[in-house]
Amino acid sequence: MEGLISLLVKAIFVENMALAFFLGMCTFLAISKKVSAAIGLGIAVIVVQTITVPVNNLLYVYVLREGALAWAGLPDVDLSFLGLLSYIGVIAAIVQIMEMVLDRFFPALYNALGVFLPLITVNCAILGASLFMVERDYNFSESVVYGIGAGVGWALAIVALAGIREKLKYSDVPKGLEGLGITFITVGLMSLGFMSFSGVSL
Amino acid sequence: MGLRKFLDDIEPLFHKNGKYAALFPLYEALDTALYKVNYTTKSTAHVRDGVDLKRMMIMVMLFVLPAFFFGMWNLGYQANTAIASGAGVMPSDWHGWLIGLFSSNNPESLWDNFWYGAVFFLPIYIVTFVVGVFWEILFASIRGHEVNEGFFVTSILFALICPPSLPLWAVALGISFGIVFGKEVFGGTGKNFLNPALTGRAFLYFAYPASMSGDAVWTAVDGFSGATALSHAFSTGLVDGKLGDLTWMQAFLGLQQGSVGEVSTLLIVLGGIVLMYMGIVQWRIVAGVMAGLVATSLLFNVVGSDTNPMFALPWYWHFVVGGLAFGTIFMATDPVSASMTNVGKLWFGALVGVMAVLIRVINPAFPEGIMLAILFANIFAPTIDYFVVQRNIKRRMARG
Repeated sequence: MEGLISLLVKAIFVENMALAFFLGMCTFLAISKKVSAAIGLGIAVIVVQTITVPVNNLLYVYVLREGALAWAGLPDVDLSFLGLLSYIGVIAAIVQIMEMVLDRFFPALYNALGVFLPLITVNCAILGASLFMVERDYNFSESVVYGIGAGVGWALAIVALAGIREKLKYSDVPKGLEGLGITFITVGLMSLGFMSFSGVSL
Repeated sequence: MGLRKFLDDIEPLFHKNGKYAALFPLYEALDTALYKVNYTTKSTAHVRDGVDLKRMMIMVMLFVLPAFFFGMWNLGYQANTAIASGAGVMPSDWHGWLIGLFSSNNPESLWDNFWYGAVFFLPIYIVTFVVGVFWEILFASIRGHEVNEGFFVTSILFALICPPSLPLWAVALGISFGIVFGKEVFGGTGKNFLNPALTGRAFLYFAYPASMSGDAVWTAVDGFSGATALSHAFSTGLVDGKLGDLTWMQAFLGLQQGSVGEVSTLLIVLGGIVLMYMGIVQWRIVAGVMAGLVATSLLFNVVGSDTNPMFALPWYWHFVVGGLAFGTIFMATDPVSASMTNVGKLWFGALVGVMAVLIRVINPAFPEGIMLAILFANIFAPTIDYFVVQRNIKRRMARG
């Protein structure tokens, strides 16, 4: 239990997807102009991460890993070279299914998330979390916690960035830096603040 | 009023098409620092108050001065004590030469200590100021805004939180990063989102960790290495109510090693009380920090740890060692980078307090946490404001 809590804290703060690994930058920079939109996207990312990382974990453990197919009578097969392809496929499929389920049963949430759901398919933070899960050999419960943590960390970062960008609307940025330029500088400075967690060993 | 006349006489030189038009911001800054401005705000939204930004900043500078002078004396006192006890030797570079020219190394003598401190600290301050002014004027002239007094505060605060033995080129580098990337790139005072002085310091901290932290940099003598109060707290914890040889009273008064500004909690708090009374330092932020600090350190005291004695350090010790008091009063309360709403200020302060203790206790990589805690809270300040405002809107809608 203690191990899971420290994994959660580590995934949210120490190894923040956006500010420590700089993953998911395209959506991070594009959808951070308004806090309300950033919150919607953040929630969508949390939900998708929480589902895809454990599902990919199952896929890896029972199908792809070397010797994983022993249950089917094929102990020598190693399908891990299919990893990248399968994970992205799983992510895309799950996002599609989730979109349909939400549309059918939770129209309010579906409308709130709007265009962000399909966008998430191509968010590299999502794929990144699955790949980290494989690389670090998490078991199933760890992968659930890691999925939640990675999602929450990313959501936290994009909401903070959106807050700052709403404030920066009143700034007087030099011409050449307006828009994305100043956003890159902002993200760099933000990760300076997030350095406060680097070196925490849990 | 010869000076007034002189300023009026030279003013046309700085106007458009004047000889020194590019330097108008410099002239304007000097003029308004010395005299009350004779024009009023043109746009609609403003508050009638005798204290404008300029006077506010000057007040902050004024009330940081006690800690400034005491810190200079203490720098010399620590160094001379180390020399007298044979723990270190006088630096053999120009510092040593200049010190030997006017004083000896007697830790009992007020002048000797003061002069020693001045020789080390004033160059840092002068470099900070000159390099900072250079960037300010450069940006102000090209971008056509005025030189803001915020800079005077930034420069004095930056110099006060540098280790006394920091090389001067590093000082120049740090303040350049702080001013340019912490502030000017966003358009100057009031438009940035991180505290510029802390941005510069954090940059140096990560770029040159050896000259910014550790046991050797806080006392300005050669060959000296003495654990700071915080590294004692991390390695052995409180022994007989002392951290190393340091009693609580000594730490509170400021007789400890450290950067010039941070040592004397007493003088910082006194300055802070006056500033809070004047409404320049926001008491809500300070209250929030104290609440976060007390709550988090009590929590760690209760949880306890067998391997990390820092867990047992009580909050009143946390407050007097390291830079926590200085950061709380002078850095976290920066009106630009902190939260703006009243409720938000409390939350913002609490976040600073919680994070500062958290970093100190559970992050072995950083002995001191207040700098990163404030930067971290600065990042979330606009978001905190956003939620406070949204909640207010919701409440008022419900009221109908």
